[in-house]
Amino acid sequence: MLYRTAGQFKTTYEADHALFPVRQDAILLGIILVVAWVVLPLTANEFAFKALLVPVLIYTLAALGLNILTGYAGQLSLGTGAFMGVGAYACYKIITIFPEVNLLVAIAMSGFFSAAVGVAFGVPSLRIKGFYLAIATLAAQFFLVWLFEKWAWLYNYSASGAIQVPTIEMFGVVVAGPNAKAITQYYFVLAVVTVVTMLAINITRGRIGRIWKSVRDMDIAAELVGINLMKAKLSAFFVSSYIVGIAGALFVFLWRGAAEPNLFDIPLSFRVLFIVIIGGLGSILGNYLGAMLIVALPVVLSYLPGALGIPVSSSMVEHLNTMVVGALIIFFLIVEPHGLARFWAVLREKLIIWPFPH
Amino acid sequence: MDFLNSILIKPFADMFGAPDFLMQVLWEGLVSGVLYALIALGFVLIYKSSRIFNFAQGIMVVFAALTLVGLHEKGVPAWLALPLTLGVMYLLAMSIERVVLRPLVNQPDIILFMATIGITLFLIGFGEIIFGGENKVMITEQLGIPTGSWEFEPFGGFLSIEQRDVTAVVGAVLLVAALLLFLNKSKMGRAIRALGDDHQAALSVGISLSTIWVVVWFIAGVIALATGIVWGSRAGVSFALEVIAYKALPVLMLGGLESVLGAIVGGLAIGILEKLFEIYWGQPILGGNTETWFAFVLALIVLLFRPQGLFGERIIERV
Repeated sequence: MLYRTAGQFKTTYEADHALFPVRQDAILLGIILVVAWVVLPLTANEFAFKALLVPVLIYTLAALGLNILTGYAGQLSLGTGAFMGVGAYACYKIITIFPEVNLLVAIAMSGFFSAAVGVAFGVPSLRIKGFYLAIATLAAQFFLVWLFEKWAWLYNYSASGAIQVPTIEMFGVVVAGPNAKAITQYYFVLAVVTVVTMLAINITRGRIGRIWKSVRDMDIAAELVGINLMKAKLSAFFVSSYIVGIAGALFVFLWRGAAEPNLFDIPLSFRVLFIVIIGGLGSILGNYLGAMLIVALPVVLSYLPGALGIPVSSSMVEHLNTMVVGALIIFFLIVEPHGLARFWAVLREKLIIWPFPH
Repeated sequence: MDFLNSILIKPFADMFGAPDFLMQVLWEGLVSGVLYALIALGFVLIYKSSRIFNFAQGIMVVFAALTLVGLHEKGVPAWLALPLTLGVMYLLAMSIERVVLRPLVNQPDIILFMATIGITLFLIGFGEIIFGGENKVMITEQLGIPTGSWEFEPFGGFLSIEQRDVTAVVGAVLLVAALLLFLNKSKMGRAIRALGDDHQAALSVGISLSTIWVVVWFIAGVIALATGIVWGSRAGVSFALEVIAYKALPVLMLGGLESVLGAIVGGLAIGILEKLFEIYWGQPILGGNTETWFAFVLALIVLLFRPQGLFGERIIERV
């Protein structure tokens, strides 16, 4: 009843090509946007911003980047963490060399650095496929993290080897650094994520997106129908690493506040990969669902024993957390290998015909 | 000019200037190469028989070593702890097959790969809860492994070879020989290879998929235990050992995912080359610690010329 699509006629091609041809989808998205932009900022407290909302958005962005590469173009990558690092270090260098640059511009610029590095490490994908390529991207992961540690210029020769985010103002409001308010940072991240998501939806449903999907489904067949594989794969690496780089810059500048090289080590890559797989390969919505699950799970798990009155030490909680995350990954893969996004797709199908069974 | 000299000439001058040190470096490289080869062998076995890229092999090494040490700490004598650990590895293989692999039959490769990462996380958390996260000492002496070292003086220099390393190399050679014999001569071994060639054909002639999987994962567990004992006696047993699992990945790339021979050759080559590079190029020029990435970059370069690795099956693509 609520989701009935019958009777929504399209009389022009433009209407048929619209982003959301079904009216209910657009309304639902509008409600989500209102919740994200108005309701949550009014109700959430400092802790919710810092521990849940901001990280969910940033991880979503990183997962979106990886999903474009793995879910749409079919190139498995295990080097996401390092590419996030490239974005973060590039942004740090831009901010410290040109302090007067607007933070938004600096973040947008830093994406190009990680995109360039991503393309360089994407070149082998023209010859190497499947798991061999996945391990090849690990070369990027280990080499770049080593570089972050050894190349002192990157962290301005600081003794600790870590980068510290300075206090940055934008239009008279402090947006980054120790004095920034959580709600400002939330709005900043939300704005970036909203814009990038819109762009990603449009790219993936357009010409380039269709080219990527054909390469993913069978690259030789795609080549035979006249698709330039080199352009297709490298453009996927470019766009993907650009988004991942932005996510890395946001990760350090608007959430962590400081970063050491090992922050970008392989666990970060895997966390983003989990989000993509659990959320759903080749789905934009899936990134959000996966990120919510992976970010919220540790927070919930650390409060659950206390709420139930079971005394558990903090290291025990951490170990339990690892174990439960591992078990949940297996569980979700068994129950729905196509990810959480598929749950929504099934539910939507059911809602459209409800209350009738067929 | 100085730069070229430090890259092209000085390292070789150093090598031949101190041949005893070079021999020491080569020996150390060989020993770690043997270990890489062993871990890679576990990967290859599982990949061959089920097309599963088993990321959990590294954590199985840690888990096996921790179980052995943990049992001994609880008061179980070493001669009993060893078979008990083997029993635990069998249980592990059985439960992985039952709980994880069986429901995921016929899923795409990447899903199974993710599932093994899930197993990895689960085992890390589980192991830390049971055995604690701190570093433990491997029960080398109780297992009857000699701990002394032999000292030689080649070219008037000094070369020290640890007896436990020699034991490790000999043990690894025996293990590999036994494995090859098992794979090539026994009925079960033939079944495993048949499964690797063609799943459906193997099933249709009556080979039981689930039995073979349990056996294969158990063998991988045994290899993991052997690796864990050797590596643990060199560096102690803790979850830091997990990093050596990543080292096996470039070995696989270099040797090819399906090749037992490739795992051995690749392991030895990477073990020796990364030590040489670290000592003669990495530390003087690049600030050291190059071992984390050298193997990957080397494998990447080789792969550009041979996309299926040195010994892998030729990739034939049909549309």
